[in-house]
Amino acid sequence: MIRLIDIYKEYDNGTKALKGVNVRIDDGEFVFLVGPSGSGKSTLIKLITAEIAPTEGRLMVNGYNLTNITPRQVPYMRRTLGIIFQDFRLIEKKTVHENLSFSMRAIGASNRELKRRIPYVLQLVGLEQKANRYPGELSGGEQQRVAIARALVNNPSMIIADEPTGNLDPQRSLEIMMLLERINELGTTVLVVTHEKNLVNRFDKRVVAIENGRIISDRTGGYYNGEKI
Amino acid sequence: MARKFDAGYYVSEGFRSIFTHGFMSFAAVCMIVACLIIMGSFTLLAVNLDSMLGDLEDENELAVYVDETYTEEQARAMSPKIKAVPNVASANFVTRQAALDQWRAGRENNELLADLPGEVLRDRFYVHIVDIEQIAQTKADLEALEGVGYVGAAIEVAEGFVLVRNIATGVALALVGMLLIISLFIIANTIKLATFYRREEIAIMKMCGATDGFIQWPFVVEGMLLGLTGAVVAFFAQWGLYQLVSKLVIQSNGLSLVTMASYESMVGTILPVFCGVGAAIGVGGSLLAIRKFLQV
Ligand SMILES: Nc1ncnc2c1ncn2[C@@H]1O[C@H](COP(=O)(O)OP(=O)(O)O)[C@@H](O)[C@H]1O
Ligand SMILES: [Mg+2]
Repeated sequence: MIRLIDIYKEYDNGTKALKGVNVRIDDGEFVFLVGPSGSGKSTLIKLITAEIAPTEGRLMVNGYNLTNITPRQVPYMRRTLGIIFQDFRLIEKKTVHENLSFSMRAIGASNRELKRRIPYVLQLVGLEQKANRYPGELSGGEQQRVAIARALVNNPSMIIADEPTGNLDPQRSLEIMMLLERINELGTTVLVVTHEKNLVNRFDKRVVAIENGRIISDRTGGYYNGEKI
Repeated sequence: MARKFDAGYYVSEGFRSIFTHGFMSFAAVCMIVACLIIMGSFTLLAVNLDSMLGDLEDENELAVYVDETYTEEQARAMSPKIKAVPNVASANFVTRQAALDQWRAGRENNELLADLPGEVLRDRFYVHIVDIEQIAQTKADLEALEGVGYVGAAIEVAEGFVLVRNIATGVALALVGMLLIISLFIIANTIKLATFYRREEIAIMKMCGATDGFIQWPFVVEGMLLGLTGAVVAFFAQWGLYQLVSKLVIQSNGLSLVTMASYESMVGTILPVFCGVGAAIGVGGSLLAIRKFLQV
């Protein structure tokens, strides 16, 4: 569960990226966070992942109060999140399988756990045939599915994706969104940042719209960009 | 979730990292070797000078000559007073007659000496001291005692040695301090380079929830391996160097004053000290380098 209460974020250079944001996302939800470029979407994600701290306001993520979290606790908070980026961020010199095992080892998983978990997530994202390929040998859509598999491999309670389809063609983008929807149906909370209205409008999901650092709309089945917001 | 401390992982990551930026690792090891050899050379010099000083302390007696007017009993009675002087380790009384007999030994054939009366010499104490650095003060203290005629001591030799030893120690300490800082800096840069090569992996590890400890261990191991490698190389290089110097000293040894301790007899100290210092530089340098990296 995520709760943002009266969150303000001002960067060191004086940019006010968020101006009093209140959002609550319950376990099991699927939420689109939409808004134009520069509206504060990535800032909001970075607050949730504790990459940056709010200037003001209270912030709760999966039982951790990020307002007064200690540096030692941050890694354990992050283990409850699976994070996906527009640029995939795979390790080029490791195979698909190695990329996943690297993430599992990073939190101290045993070889037995690796053996059990990796085939399962690869099959979930439809890449069981490509386990020994390198990222450079895969298409963009496939690389993003590896990134999704990596986000899932440590069994987080929530997936957070910042513009996961920004580098993909419409067909690949739709496939990625459907994959995220399926993951949500299997019980993982999903928060997807995007500014692609056609994509959002094909799903009947909760849509939180942000503009200029403020939430301007938050409704289920809402559409993005004028039409129903 | 599972294992807390995976030594195998840290060591293999540490090794892998060393070879991915071989040149910098090589430079770091060379620096540690240089640091340790210079440190070792000066320390060995100081050790040798110190042991020579020890010999000198043992050999170097002060001869405390008793006033001529004192009888043997009066002279003997001074013993507690002499022993009470600070820095005096022991004092042996020798009568003027015994001194003369000793002096005569080996000169039996010299007729002139045959009927020399014992009175030409004084009763004396041969005094050993604890710390040769204070020989001048001790000499003065002894001379100040009632009944002491004068005191004979090889002050210049002693003070010359002490001076050389002190200079060597001072230079060694200054050099070692400087080199330690330089080595630390080089190691820190090597490890910084290693973290730079692996910045993507570090970012991903952090994103997945790896702890700072988990992220930094491979780099600490890498630093330690560099330090230990340097220590072992330096140990053998130092050995060779020492043998060479020993040989030169023995060959050109007009001064029988100079005796050198054998490297073999000090191996038990040198190897652990080198490894300890090398590992400390390595670990210190890597902690220095990654401290900054972990603040996200
Ligand atoms: N590190 C930063 N320092 C200063 N300003 C920033 C930084 N990151 C983002 N901003 C500014 O904050 C605002 C919101 O940015 P961001 O959250 O990245 O928007 P979005 O992801 O919706 O495009 C923008 O005006 C951007 O220029
Ligand atoms: Mg953004």
